[in-house]
Amino acid sequence: MNINIILAGVGGQGILTIAATLDTAALKSDLWFKQSEVHGMSQRGGAVVSHVRISDNEIYSDLIPMGKADMILSVEPMELMRYMPYLKENGWLITDSHAYENIPDYPDKTKLLETIEAHANNFVIDATSIAKKMGTAKMANIVLLGIASNLIDIEEQVFIESIEELFAHKPEKIQKGNVKAFLKGREMGVVVG
Amino acid sequence: MKNIVLGNEAIAQGAIDAGISGVYAYPGTPSTEITEYIQKSELAKELEIKSNWCANEKTAMEAALGMSYAGKRALTVMKHVGLNVAMDVFMNMAVSGVNGGLVVVVADDPSMHSSQNEQDSRVLAKFAQIPFLEPSCQQEAYDIVRYAFDLSEKLELPVLVRMVTRLSHSRSSIAFKHRRRQNKLNVTVDTKRFSLVPLHSKPMYQKLLSLQDQITHISEESEFTKLTKRKNTKLGIVACGIAYNYLMENYPDGCPYSVLKLCHYPIPREEVQWLMDNCEQILVLEDGYPFIEEQINDFFRRVERVIGRFTGHLPRSGELNPNLVAKALGIEENINETIPELVKGRPPQLCDGCGHIDMYHELNELKKEIGGNKIFGDIGCYALGSLDPFNTIDTLIDMGASITMAKGAADAGVFPSIAVIGDSTFTHSGMTGLLDCIWEKSPVTIIIADNSTVAMTGAQDSAALGKLKDICLGLGVEEDHLRVITPLKRNFDNNVNVLREETSYRGVSVIISQRPCVRLPGEKKKYAKMINEAMAHEN
Repeated sequence: MNINIILAGVGGQGILTIAATLDTAALKSDLWFKQSEVHGMSQRGGAVVSHVRISDNEIYSDLIPMGKADMILSVEPMELMRYMPYLKENGWLITDSHAYENIPDYPDKTKLLETIEAHANNFVIDATSIAKKMGTAKMANIVLLGIASNLIDIEEQVFIESIEELFAHKPEKIQKGNVKAFLKGREMGVVVG
Repeated sequence: MKNIVLGNEAIAQGAIDAGISGVYAYPGTPSTEITEYIQKSELAKELEIKSNWCANEKTAMEAALGMSYAGKRALTVMKHVGLNVAMDVFMNMAVSGVNGGLVVVVADDPSMHSSQNEQDSRVLAKFAQIPFLEPSCQQEAYDIVRYAFDLSEKLELPVLVRMVTRLSHSRSSIAFKHRRRQNKLNVTVDTKRFSLVPLHSKPMYQKLLSLQDQITHISEESEFTKLTKRKNTKLGIVACGIAYNYLMENYPDGCPYSVLKLCHYPIPREEVQWLMDNCEQILVLEDGYPFIEEQINDFFRRVERVIGRFTGHLPRSGELNPNLVAKALGIEENINETIPELVKGRPPQLCDGCGHIDMYHELNELKKEIGGNKIFGDIGCYALGSLDPFNTIDTLIDMGASITMAKGAADAGVFPSIAVIGDSTFTHSGMTGLLDCIWEKSPVTIIIADNSTVAMTGAQDSAALGKLKDICLGLGVEEDHLRVITPLKRNFDNNVNVLREETSYRGVSVIISQRPCVRLPGEKKKYAKMINEAMAHEN
């Protein structure tokens, strides 16, 4: 077990919740992990990134070296592309297709999605709409985590327990909603092979 | 049991478990979470550990010294530029020494993720001639802070612990150890050494100098200095703090060269000497300035054999990463992809509904009449007013500089001369500048962008809440020229008029532009509004 995941998005989109779920799941599975994140000014509507590394061996660097990420998991399509140099050969690109347009020069969306889909291993999905149908668009991040979880060698039950733990201080409806969002993403799956 | 912590939280828990009685700090990225962790810790509450924010880094460090003077252990925390604010006490407490353990944690920001510069605090620890430690990982951060308190009491010196953004803001799982009890109150300390009149400071300074050999020896013997010897003599590597991780990342099966893992300063001479005697070349890996590289060069006077940031093997500025280290080691990388051209920059921006947006629209309206280069900015979210789409403020140097630069420019003949400063930045280091203006009746207009919180670092409580009018009046601002406005669209014309009136006054005027931060949690926002209204009714 050894996986490097780049999480990407815009400040406020819930990247840190994905990261915290992965951390908790790694700890519960008795694995080593390191997870770097962005605090401070960038969180104000700027590009944010988190490096998550999970392994059954000791991990040194808090940062994933360029060319060594197994997966880029993004809650925003343009942000996905910002970290392309980190992707290893045949690594996975998983992203929400829903654009977050808070800059004047946001690229052409059709072209953007075409660029992503030109890549061998990609999974582009409107996670925002799926989450919205399930209650709130805010859960798009957890839907995406569910999709990505198929590529992470951690048991489903451990993910569920981790989500329950992280949302323990929230109303039960939100806690259950997020577990459902995770399972919804997980069943949509990523076809490996 | 393992716990998930940020590097910063490891420092905080380490300090609690080292038996601190107080933490003194002013928020600043990337250091903020250290103090916040202690503020939120149930254990710290139970132990009655003092953890309120301070007005600035200088007041924080002085309070820590006071607690140490009284025999208890104190932690003081700041970002790198915050240490500049505290330099006076920092330098002088190295001379007086401490009583209870005193640890200064400074979080540096190489690559300037959230700062004006990337100064290296290790240089300042050397300047003060005190030891410092630099953890490489979260567990080491926890262990080092505990060790630093013991070392501080052993040497009766303050000890600096240097963090960098990457470690401060990276999580991992670590083990906590047993908790040491707090020190008892002890005011039997020799007061002469804390009274730095020349009669006392001269012998105290000699004492500091005489300790230097001992503190070097401690570095050499330290558990945080590790020399791993290998037979390959082509290269020897000195890896400092987090740089050690980037080195080892490149050698999953073990590094073939001799490595000195250096987390304890002063430089352990014996170990470096061994590398110099046994290796053809020495590569120095360090985040920040080429600080160790320069000293090894100076010490051995063999420049051509020591390589690193000075020699171009690593970039002269910016933080390190595994790829840069790989390149320095001549390891081939496997990067297949580039960033597609269609990816555009996404810089941070003011939140939707933020009061600063309205304030900058008002100021830009005024700017049409007064012309450019007359608005002096300061540190906070409102610093974004120097960028698109506003381009309102013309300068941004350091905490409080808006007011004093506006004064200096006014002295030079700029009129109107306008300062824009946040509420917390104002109480941090703007008040004294305002006093200078009042003293001389300088023709300046100071706009206090009051959002009732320290917003940029995550909405910490602001010492200014409910006090701004009283402070300004107390310092001597004339009542007629102290105005309060609410930056809202519907008040646009009125607010521009207020700006127009006050900027045409040839004396000191203060405009408090007041609206709570949109990111404040509901309860705090309500409370701030209530306080602000009470303040308005006092008139």
